[in-house]
Amino acid sequence: MIDVENLTKYYGRSLAIENVSFSLDEGKILGLLGPNGAGKSTTMNIITGYISADRGTVRIDGIDMFEKPLEAKKKIGYMPEVPPLYNDMTVEKYLAFMFNLKKVRLPMKAHLDKICQDTQIEDVRGKIIKYLSKGYKQRVGLAQALIGDPPVLILDEPTAGLDPAQIIEMRKLVRELGKNHTVIMSSHVLSEVQAVCDKIIVINKGTVAADAFTSELTGTGSGTSKLRLIVEGREKSVLALLKRISGVTDVSGRGETERGCYEFIVESNTDVRRPVYRALAKADYNILNMSPVALSLEETYLDIISGKYSEKEADDDDGDIQA
Amino acid sequence: MMAIFRRELGSYFSSPVGYVVIAAFLSFSGLFFYYYCLYAGSSNMNIVFQNMFSVVMFIIPILTMRLFAEDRKTKTDQALLTSPVKIGSIVMGKYLSAMIILLICLCSYLVEGLILSFIAHPDWSVILGNIFGMLLLGSVFVSIGIMVSSLTESMVIAAVASFAINILLSLVDALASTVNTEGARSFISSLSLQTKYNSITLGIISLGDVVFFVTLTALFLFITDRIIERRRWA
Repeated sequence: MIDVENLTKYYGRSLAIENVSFSLDEGKILGLLGPNGAGKSTTMNIITGYISADRGTVRIDGIDMFEKPLEAKKKIGYMPEVPPLYNDMTVEKYLAFMFNLKKVRLPMKAHLDKICQDTQIEDVRGKIIKYLSKGYKQRVGLAQALIGDPPVLILDEPTAGLDPAQIIEMRKLVRELGKNHTVIMSSHVLSEVQAVCDKIIVINKGTVAADAFTSELTGTGSGTSKLRLIVEGREKSVLALLKRISGVTDVSGRGETERGCYEFIVESNTDVRRPVYRALAKADYNILNMSPVALSLEETYLDIISGKYSEKEADDDDGDIQA
Repeated sequence: MMAIFRRELGSYFSSPVGYVVIAAFLSFSGLFFYYYCLYAGSSNMNIVFQNMFSVVMFIIPILTMRLFAEDRKTKTDQALLTSPVKIGSIVMGKYLSAMIILLICLCSYLVEGLILSFIAHPDWSVILGNIFGMLLLGSVFVSIGIMVSSLTESMVIAAVASFAINILLSLVDALASTVNTEGARSFISSLSLQTKYNSITLGIISLGDVVFFVTLTALFLFITDRIIERRRWA
């Protein structure tokens, strides 16, 4: 649905993004992740045709953005970081304006009614945008992007500046929209991307640092798992015992947590919780705590940003992940 | 284009700008009309129109200052430029909205002509010709204002820079008189808006002058289009 190839953009002489490439299938939600100033908004601005690229191509549903911008733009609903709202208009008039601007051919009243319902802004339709709260403004921004039912939605930090309840609402909305739209959203909140997106691209310093499915990055689909154990007993013999269990690939001691109790991290390629319990019970060691450690996106993200991830991936599977 | 035109026109009246500009125009036009026609006992409105040159010159930048500058400042240009609309249509929509405000202002002359017709016999062809002339002149000022507005995020800068350009244009005649070379002088004075406008106020509407005003308008609007397109590449 969305094909981005080798996008490169300079602002004056400074490089904003370089050779950014990725593709996204219909009906998927892609998360663009990266520190501030990494090039997320630039990438989105180019995809939506707001600015142009110095090199590269963007194809939306097979239509080239640079060759046929008007056709390609019809397929995109864009919610920029700052919602493009006219403060002097009422929500109703603003949405009608955007409807006409986008030359939508649907029945206007029914279409706008549905959008207002979906984004829950029905009760403020008559209000002047200037007087709306941040959360409502954000939702009107989203409503504006939905006008014309575009198959592709591009949302630049849709939850920025919202309160926790609104963030949950907005995420729910984006997930809901993802069912019948292809969505690209950017965020620097990692847990959000993890919760909402099917696929994640990490942009760092203007280049794609990682491109993977969420499950790959979080390690949940990779088959390796980590366990955190706190065991009462002698550290060295517990360590030796754990290492002998089949399936365990690595055990590391984390030191004493309380008197006579030690913490261990057990890495394995199968589920070893039962063998670990049996082995320790047989040797009369008490397990005080056993909990799985999911490789959090946060950890991976920090690795990626610092450049460790790509090295590790290259070691693991010969750089299968395209970057 | 129509969507933008309607929005901009509505925006003039949902903020004080439209009212202030129209009120200012009507005050000056009424004042000059009273002074040069009613008080002086003349049915000749030419002099009213001639005096309005500088008023139009100052009022129009107020009308055009926000057209693109505000969009950039509030980031609403992102909505415009990512919609399936050509930049040219956006420029035209905004241009037409400002022209409508000017047209509303110019309607005051019909009222003034009507008042005159109760007490004298005004020359309607001259009044209509003058309205047409002021529309042409205003159109050039509007297109200059739009062009300047597209260059900045600040409405104040847009207004001041438009004033400056308009004043410079009105000084072309003075500049021409300082040039000694005959060819250069006639070339410079041929660029004078005021000379051409004044000849229209006297009832002389030449095709050349009309083409001159229309071409200038088209040129500035085209430059605006290029400026916005250029920024996408910056």
